[in-house]
Amino acid sequence: MIALENVTKRYGGQTVVDDVSITFGGEGVTALIGPNGAGKSTLFGLVGRLLQPDAGRIAVDGMAVATTPSHELARNLAVLRQDNHVAARLTVHDLVEFGRFPHSRGRLTVHDREHIERAIGYLDLDAYRDRFLDELSGGQRQRAFIAMVLAQDTKYVLLDEPLNNLDLRHMTEIMRLIRRMADELGKRVVVVLHDINVAATYADRIVAMRDGVVVADAAAREIMRPDVLAAVYDTPVDVREIDGRPVALYYG
Amino acid sequence: MTTLDRTPTSTPTQARPRRTWVGVLVAVLLVVLGLASLFVGVSDVSPSSVLTGGRDGDAAFLLVASRIPRTVAVLLAGASLGIAGLIMQMLVRNKFVEPGTTGVSEFATLGMLVTMIFLPGLAVVGKMAVAAVFGLVGTWVFLRVVRVVPVRQLVLVPLVGIMLGGVVGAVTTFFAYRLDLLQSLGQWSQGSFATIMQGRYEFLWIAGLMVVVAWVAADRFSVVGLGEEFATNLGLDYRRVVAVGMVVIAVITAAVLVTAGMIPFLGLVVPNVVSLIIGDNVRRSIPRVAGIGAVFVLACDLVARLVRFPYEIPLGVVVGIVGAALFLWLLLRRRSRAH
Repeated sequence: MIALENVTKRYGGQTVVDDVSITFGGEGVTALIGPNGAGKSTLFGLVGRLLQPDAGRIAVDGMAVATTPSHELARNLAVLRQDNHVAARLTVHDLVEFGRFPHSRGRLTVHDREHIERAIGYLDLDAYRDRFLDELSGGQRQRAFIAMVLAQDTKYVLLDEPLNNLDLRHMTEIMRLIRRMADELGKRVVVVLHDINVAATYADRIVAMRDGVVVADAAAREIMRPDVLAAVYDTPVDVREIDGRPVALYYG
Repeated sequence: MTTLDRTPTSTPTQARPRRTWVGVLVAVLLVVLGLASLFVGVSDVSPSSVLTGGRDGDAAFLLVASRIPRTVAVLLAGASLGIAGLIMQMLVRNKFVEPGTTGVSEFATLGMLVTMIFLPGLAVVGKMAVAAVFGLVGTWVFLRVVRVVPVRQLVLVPLVGIMLGGVVGAVTTFFAYRLDLLQSLGQWSQGSFATIMQGRYEFLWIAGLMVVVAWVAADRFSVVGLGEEFATNLGLDYRRVVAVGMVVIAVITAAVLVTAGMIPFLGLVVPNVVSLIIGDNVRRSIPRVAGIGAVFVLACDLVARLVRFPYEIPLGVVVGIVGAALFLWLLLRRRSRAH
């Protein structure tokens, strides 16, 4: 379990995450939704020890994030931030190999190589393994990053807006993949999403944040209600049932 | 393994050629140019004269006292400067930085001036240590300043570094002028191996040691090159790796400065060429960067010795011309790729 207890983070005078207590990891796929500036990425930064909380405690499977050695946490928790810009010219294989770093510390064993092969195969990247990252399309690059996280072989995987800049096909491709990672490999995935219909389709649980606090936390179907969504996004949202599935309409 | 239900978007690439020819070519050039360097010079030193004792029997002496030290110094300086550039590029995540474009060399030179003013009797190893400490401060200042410049501002980062170097260089020149030390300063601002002799180059082995350190920590530098967020996620102590990298850069800069003087562009051009050929995985780059860096300086040093034979022109001039041309080519090439 990833457990946050009364976690607060301030930037200057502004409170970005305000006394949040929540646990992740009970469900396969948890979607984290909310308007821009709600504190979603900051929350990921705090869990991923990129930021230090001003108050509160965070633990991953009982290990306090603040005091546990970083490489130990890296074997249990992988965080992929949004908007990954890698300037280095690395091949897909290089990148996935670095995912094994918490285990190998630079010396790859046979076991490490198996994990690398499995991750590349799982993400269907075999044909691209020797391509440089800057020679890939957006969808392929995102798959390469996820393959790296997969090779890291952690129980918890946090993905911050993995669908950014992806077209419809690649979007559904990535979401189906995330679903499979949870169902087949037993991963516990927490994913920040902007499209609530995507969240409702693929996630078991939806957590909604606004102004640094968790305003809703329930099974997907319970979040997909006009009153709840309107409160989260501060904009009218209509929800219709189509083929037995709730669909939010927020255009027009 | 299972596949996603999708059609291939593009033809699968063939596995990239292993590029072993690069390694072979570099090794051959190293041997050929290295041997040439041993036997090029005013005095007659040739394999036969060494064996027969030559005129007055001093060929063997010259070889040991001057030619071998010079060749080894050139190799060590070339290899280590390339590595300093490579590591700096990984730390800053910018292809256009090296000690010479970030103020590190200027800080180290300032350190040399300080030893001349306050500790004129200091042994060379002491001077090098002071220069290294100043270089370390320079690296730190640069990393601090650059933190406010967005990583993607490709050209802004070295511009800031060059400005920083300009300011520090101006301070150095001012005090050197006031204290009548400009001439001694000039001795370092233009690199040359003309005066290298036995007993005057051995500090470069410390630079060589730094290359080994970089090689041992190669994977860590690769991961740091992915950025702080990736490095932290992979359980790496980002600050510690950056600190080790800073020491490597500063010590190499200081060691080369003390023995040969400034050699511009090398740390910039060589890692970029290697990056074009095989990418940025540091473990793969290090032997190639070191090899090509050594070949580059060796070739330039030979040109410097031969172009006005029997006189020498400063190595810095040759490296400057060749390096600047290569640098321009890299810049224009990058632009054409619409980066």
